[in-house]
Amino acid sequence: MDIHEYQAKELLARHGVNLPRGGLAYSPEQAAYRASEIGGERWAVKAQIHSGARGKAGGVKLCDSDKAVKQAAEEMLGKRLVTHQTGPEGKLVNRLYIEETVDIAQELYLGFVLDRKAERIMIIASSSGGMEVEEIADKEPESLIKTVVDPGHGLQEFQAREIAYNLGLEYKVVNRMVDTILGCYRAFRDYDGSMLEINPLVITGGGSVMALDAKMSFDENALFRRQEISELRDKSQEDPRETFASDRGLSYVGLNGEIGCIINGAGLAMATLDMIKIAGGEPANFLDIGGGASPDRVAKSFRAVLQDENVKVIFVNIFAGINRCDWVAEGVIKAKKEVGVSLPIIVRLAGTNVEKGKQILADSGEDIIVADTLKEGAEKAVKAWKDAGGTKAAA
Amino acid sequence: MAVLLTKDTKVIVQGFTGKIGTFHAEDMIRYGTKVVGGVTPSKGGQMHLDLPVFNTVRGAVEETGAEASIVFVPPPFAADSIMEAADAGIKFCVCITDGIPAQDMMRVKRYMRRYRQEDKMRLFGPNCAGMISPGHGFMGIMPTNIYEQGRIGIVARSGTLSYEAASQMLEKGIGVSTSIGIGGDPINGSSFKDCLELFEADPETDAVVMIGEIGGPQEAEAARWAQKNMSKPVAAYIAGASAPKGKRMGHAGAIVSTEGESAAEKIEIMKECGIHVVPHPSAFGEVVEEMIGAKQAA
Repeated sequence: MDIHEYQAKELLARHGVNLPRGGLAYSPEQAAYRASEIGGERWAVKAQIHSGARGKAGGVKLCDSDKAVKQAAEEMLGKRLVTHQTGPEGKLVNRLYIEETVDIAQELYLGFVLDRKAERIMIIASSSGGMEVEEIADKEPESLIKTVVDPGHGLQEFQAREIAYNLGLEYKVVNRMVDTILGCYRAFRDYDGSMLEINPLVITGGGSVMALDAKMSFDENALFRRQEISELRDKSQEDPRETFASDRGLSYVGLNGEIGCIINGAGLAMATLDMIKIAGGEPANFLDIGGGASPDRVAKSFRAVLQDENVKVIFVNIFAGINRCDWVAEGVIKAKKEVGVSLPIIVRLAGTNVEKGKQILADSGEDIIVADTLKEGAEKAVKAWKDAGGTKAAA
Repeated sequence: MAVLLTKDTKVIVQGFTGKIGTFHAEDMIRYGTKVVGGVTPSKGGQMHLDLPVFNTVRGAVEETGAEASIVFVPPPFAADSIMEAADAGIKFCVCITDGIPAQDMMRVKRYMRRYRQEDKMRLFGPNCAGMISPGHGFMGIMPTNIYEQGRIGIVARSGTLSYEAASQMLEKGIGVSTSIGIGGDPINGSSFKDCLELFEADPETDAVVMIGEIGGPQEAEAARWAQKNMSKPVAAYIAGASAPKGKRMGHAGAIVSTEGESAAEKIEIMKECGIHVVPHPSAFGEVVEEMIGAKQAA
């Protein structure tokens, strides 16, 4: 789960990370007021969206008067900002963060990730701040400093000190940097972070260490014990199709094609999307219905898939282990009748109670295309999609 | 003998008296798995499914001599249960639970390092379908009727995709020695490589099918290890070729976040390492048939 920059900064401030003064604004008037409240002569007006690379996309503007702040706010609020991370639809800007500007002597990069190879929290630092980490890895790989933290003992002060010295910092700044790294680590650990990136982390002319930006994501499996983090969720930043599905307990990812998919199991779902592509089609979504799918849950999945207006056919692929094919078949009939699905439906059933499931589909008298294998199902789905006028070229 | 689980392996169920634990324990007993009891704190001393319930794993091990455990404990408490099993002398543990926080699993992995190699528990999962050795027993949630006893090993992240593979093999009359789920989480117990090692050493296994997906370094690591160390042929499928970068595809671990994690990159490495690539998810049967046919001819 992602949060906004201003929210991440609030969390970091509690752990002693030093930040420029700033305030949140929902309107141009409020933005101008925030600037006067903060004081000074120059402010950054920053669009709060769940994406990096906002600067290059026009989501960060430097302003020299409260009039300019107001104008920048007017230009940003209510617009969709498109960065290279958001996709072409962009993300809606409905909050701004107004921040004082500081005198920058040096820009650094500081990141925290859950490293899958080390199976530990890894700290990544670089003296080449400002660039994206992929770019740093590409252009200045020797500047990357990587440190792993033993989960049995936590981050030690000497490790933070080593990072600070390896960044080439002056003696008087080292202790401030150590405090910053330790503070970030505590926030990452205590809120079950999955990613924390401060880019840039700056050294000011006066020798302070300050987080100019902050990006933070959290482990969704840990949200049950991080109520405070769950409350920071901003649904306006999500794909509405995904919000609809996740509110109903379904695992859904929106894609760009026109073949809607309902599958059980994440692996089989991924494989089904792959098979659809190989058969010459484009999936509209990933949807894992999970174990123990009742007829009701199947019908719910149809509703979720149909949130996407581009969907022209629906492919149901179930390999029942804990699931039951008869329940899934009942769910398909229920969806057809109650949800009023008029689109072509292709169903492939296998596993527990498969014969019973097929019988239910056959006895229903409903127009449902049945397939025995995954390949056959995908090919029939692609054919039905083409027959329904689907021509969208492969993305 | 099968990879780890035999007819004589004494198994306990952690989270025994819960609805899910009960349902699957009954299934395991029906199949012939030697379930000797279970653990549910606060219910020790009771009987459940005609078997004793214990408060602690240590108590269960002392009383029953259990060597293996299967965990159905809910996510907030599952990591603790795994560590409890490791400390009580359980030899191998299958964790079915989906939704354990990544930092909890990091702690589990770190905790398990305290034991000497010979005393160390093998963990499979979490977030997996379990393990089956047809004809011996099973510890998991898979449909058992799609597995016939045979000589092919399966190791998979995804449960349903391993069912897909097993059923295609059944159709061709190809049996399975053992199928192991390693789960879809970013931080898991045994890796693909650990399982290939088990299969290479298993006299009942002739060839292995590895079913991976996007995200993480384990498929590539296993392929490189196999190239250097395996005498038995390996076939592999990598799911998620159509997954966009940065999107989590259901499994907590199925996300392309850095270089080398996409399906295309992993497939390239499989090819370089001499692994038989399964081109699409309906081709498991054909590829395995061809692979073992070629081996017999050689």
